[in-house]
Amino acid sequence: MRRREFLTIPAAALGGTLMYTLAREPFRLQAQEGTVRVPLRFFSEQEARVVSAACERIFPSDAAGPGAKEAGVVIYIDRQLAGPYGRDKYRYTKGPWIESVPEHGYQAKENPRETYRAGIRGLGNFVELTAEQQDAKLREIEKTHFFQLLLAHTKEGMFCDPMHGGNAGLIGWQLIGFPGPQMSYRDEVDKHFGEKYRPAPKSLRQVMGRPGNPWEDEKG
Amino acid sequence: MKNLKAVDVVIAGGGWTGLAMAKEIVSRTSLKVRVLERGLPRKTSDYSVTMDELDYAIRLRMMQNIAEETITHRHSPRETAAPVRQYGSFLPGAGTGGAGEHWMGMAWRFLPDQFTLRTHLTEKHGAKNLPEALAVEDWGVTYDDLEKHYWYAERMMGVSGKAGNVRGKLIDGGNIFEGPREQEYPLPPLKQSYLTTMFDGAARRLGYHPFPIPAATISEAYTNPDGVSRAGCAYCGYCERFGCMVGAKSQPTNTLMPVLARHKNFEIQNGAWVRRVVHENGRATGVHFMDANGEDCFQPAEIVVLGSWTLNNVRLLYLSKIGTPYDPETRRGTLGRNLTHQVNGGGARMFFDKPLNLFMGSGALGLRFCDFDGSEGFKEGDGILRGGSVGLGTAGNRPIASFGNFPEDATRARWGSEWKKASLEWRDRGAAVGLSGEHLAYRQNYMDLDPTYADKYGDPLLRFTLDWTPHEFRVRDYFSQLAVKVAKEMGAKVDPVRPASGRYNTISYQSTHIQGGVIMGASPEKSVLNTYLQHWDVPNLFVVGASAFPQNASMNPTLTVLAVTYRAADALIGRYLKNPGRLA
Repeated sequence: MRRREFLTIPAAALGGTLMYTLAREPFRLQAQEGTVRVPLRFFSEQEARVVSAACERIFPSDAAGPGAKEAGVVIYIDRQLAGPYGRDKYRYTKGPWIESVPEHGYQAKENPRETYRAGIRGLGNFVELTAEQQDAKLREIEKTHFFQLLLAHTKEGMFCDPMHGGNAGLIGWQLIGFPGPQMSYRDEVDKHFGEKYRPAPKSLRQVMGRPGNPWEDEKG
Repeated sequence: MKNLKAVDVVIAGGGWTGLAMAKEIVSRTSLKVRVLERGLPRKTSDYSVTMDELDYAIRLRMMQNIAEETITHRHSPRETAAPVRQYGSFLPGAGTGGAGEHWMGMAWRFLPDQFTLRTHLTEKHGAKNLPEALAVEDWGVTYDDLEKHYWYAERMMGVSGKAGNVRGKLIDGGNIFEGPREQEYPLPPLKQSYLTTMFDGAARRLGYHPFPIPAATISEAYTNPDGVSRAGCAYCGYCERFGCMVGAKSQPTNTLMPVLARHKNFEIQNGAWVRRVVHENGRATGVHFMDANGEDCFQPAEIVVLGSWTLNNVRLLYLSKIGTPYDPETRRGTLGRNLTHQVNGGGARMFFDKPLNLFMGSGALGLRFCDFDGSEGFKEGDGILRGGSVGLGTAGNRPIASFGNFPEDATRARWGSEWKKASLEWRDRGAAVGLSGEHLAYRQNYMDLDPTYADKYGDPLLRFTLDWTPHEFRVRDYFSQLAVKVAKEMGAKVDPVRPASGRYNTISYQSTHIQGGVIMGASPEKSVLNTYLQHWDVPNLFVVGASAFPQNASMNPTLTVLAVTYRAADALIGRYLKNPGRLA
């Protein structure tokens, strides 16, 4: 058993405390004091801080609205890597491992966990750099498989159903006006022509009245 | 090896073809049918907690586990094939219902001249003007032979659409280029969205003939001839890569299984992985499979039906050493020939000044025009033998995949504040006009067994040798220009288009329409099966699916897969059982 690691985040930063109107104007529901300690499944606290900082540069919190920090993207990535996806349980991993043409995509042996571990090491003292230095560092690795995963996972963590650990407080869906899964648009699909139709977002659990079964929680 | 009790018919694969065949046999004969399906059982109620983009549309939870079996690919026989390690260009389904669970529900008939393509192209252009490598064939059946089987499949599903040709009478609002239908569709078309309505107006102003895509997702409540009742579409947008939570999208589990599940002569075993058709002296004696516990089993049967997906139908014949492998050098042999995919892309990315509400929709909610489908509309100088349909749809935009869609000139950034700003600014305002085109068969595109890579049981993987030819690039370029014209007429800001290029890639999704390898036809020199999908060399072996298609047609294959399956079922039940032997 590895030592239990936690990520300690100021509570006010996590989604659910900051809400965004449809016009993307931020307003505070309630000021929260103190911090929350989120148990980590895969990363060490140090690794989580590096990944969190990198995701924050990819999808920053800025004038346009909240970003990876508020959505809890790092928590999403931690759970993905801890689950079967992180161990490549759903990728063909028999050898021989050959270098092939670009049209065949990623052909290397390293699974997402290994790619992250090596990638994080490569980022070194990333958390101590200024935002500009961090951007420069990320531009250096833009072509790597690690960065491609980081970019894809940041988007996933921003806009996935919150049962996966990201999109905390539906902050990502509020940002873009996505209503989440809804039972029916039968009476709406042929209306609202040329006008915004934005029902209030709901999570799968809120819609179905029972929890989903995220794949990353699968045993084995 | 565990020897099981013999059954009359064993069917490998519990998707559309396997279950359609099973349903015809058990409801019209007294034969006992056993379906072996390697994936999990599925039913409509499973799908209520699956409206989750991440697990289903991105991690592909309904697909075959590629860790257990995949294919390898190379662009030409000179190269070493590499395994497809993660899904990309197509998505094979797993579990009861197969790919028929996660499909988009487009239920097309093919053009009449598709079924006689070799003859048609030879007559139109002259044999000497066709490329030497062209390998297209006639199917051995005609559209007229299949019309009643199409209709049977359309009623089973409750296809919703608008006919454009009923017994030769052309009807505005339908596809006037389609083959003649005996009847109007069982149900009216799905509702149309803002985006498709704009497309309709633009296409009509340009003189084309747009019409609603025929949808196996039913537009209103429907009871089919088997007495199966289902509710109409809710337009929730969770179709492609998902199972339907209300059962409106026709899937094997909500159309065929309700009939089969209560039939005493029907049995389905999940977790059963078929590895070989066992045969001796030109007769199949049964199949060898591994059950869910990994135990080796032999299922004896009088008739063997392979109804797994295209890839596995082809691979099982190779592994079972049935038939003569195709050799692209000599063009001898038939097994594995005429691998085709689909010619997609060639579209125009466009952006509007108003929101489109694209999260609402349905997999087959869309419009097309077929003014350039098949051989229609082309001049000799275009260098195009076969085209395709032009259209768009609103299948339900998902937030992860659709974020970051902005005009090319908005920013070059792909992450960071600039990128985020552009993505939010253009959010819900981008769409594309696209092409769904025919992929012609060529001598050099085929399937055989890979010499190096194996599946989880150590059986060799199927190997694709496949690449694009200049014809496909000409088609894409031609249709790009057409798409830009329509997009501009819709009043959109349109991204510039560039000449089509690049080799076949296994990364980006194209379509799950893989055809060929076990093709049907009129002579054993050119095809593996006769037109009743019966193996020329093994009369008690039937191989059903798009593996039997001599080439890709522009349209989605499912309805035609069912039509040829129903025709095979009629011949099996009506003729083969009385006189077991070659049907042709």
